[in-house]
Amino acid sequence: MDVTELHEIDRPTGPVAAAILATGIGAFTLGLLTTLSEASENVHDFLEFSDDVGPLAGKTILAVVAYFASWAILHVLWRRDNRALRPILVVAVVLVLLGVVGTLPTFFQAFAPE
Amino acid sequence: MEFTSRETWTLIHGLVLGTFFLVAFAGGLAGLWSLRREYVTDAGIVERLRRLKIGTTAMALAAWATVITGTWIVYPWYREGLAGDDLSGCEGLSVPGDECSPRDFLLSNASGTTEDWHKFGMEWKEHIAWLSPMLATLAAFLVFYYGASLADNRTARRLVLVVFTAAFVAAAIAGLFGALITKTAPIT
Repeated sequence: MDVTELHEIDRPTGPVAAAILATGIGAFTLGLLTTLSEASENVHDFLEFSDDVGPLAGKTILAVVAYFASWAILHVLWRRDNRALRPILVVAVVLVLLGVVGTLPTFFQAFAPE
Repeated sequence: MEFTSRETWTLIHGLVLGTFFLVAFAGGLAGLWSLRREYVTDAGIVERLRRLKIGTTAMALAAWATVITGTWIVYPWYREGLAGDDLSGCEGLSVPGDECSPRDFLLSNASGTTEDWHKFGMEWKEHIAWLSPMLATLAAFLVFYYGASLADNRTARRLVLVVFTAAFVAAAIAGLFGALITKTAPIT
């Protein structure tokens, strides 16, 4: 994939970079909180924003907040810039993959206290 | 023939929104694939782009609606602790009941070895599903931002295709486990 072609647009690439990176941040936050919740009882209890839903409530709310908040902040910061998209794409892909690994039970259950 | 409130919500979450998501994905995928300057006229690009915007937005909305109803409406019924710490309320049952939630039932191994359906299947499903709306929203944003230039910009089109398909894969993993878990331990 020739990433330079992504810059062939008569608008700034900053908003594209912001949206891509925010997706990585949201996914990574979800994976990180999932693993931390398993590893630490304090984190697990903190994430129980709802008794009915349990810690999944906190994990998903915070991940969605991280996603939209980082998107909004990065969009405001980069809206008129032409950001290089290749490094942003690489970082975002790595963050999404780490997020997927963090949500994989085989991975996060390995951090459960004995 | 009638459905309980819980069964109705399970159907809305899994079948109605799931089908809507699938249709939107299929339409969006076909639209993206064929949005090329060599295939369509300028007027055709405008018309296809409008459908593509509707399709990707519909898929993103369906993904958000699916995870929100799943997590905040259906999941609490799944995870209720009814059977006691020793899961004795599930003893002798072949399906979950008033004193044995689906989660209790799967963990109790009351009807075969079922605990991995919860420990792996449900645990992965409830988390990975939330990646789908984030990715689907990104795909919709890229379609709106690049607009008609997607017809000429092969890399941008491919990027949207990859993100769009990744959103589908995350939802498909969650949907597959959801269907199999519901078959083993239905919410009634």
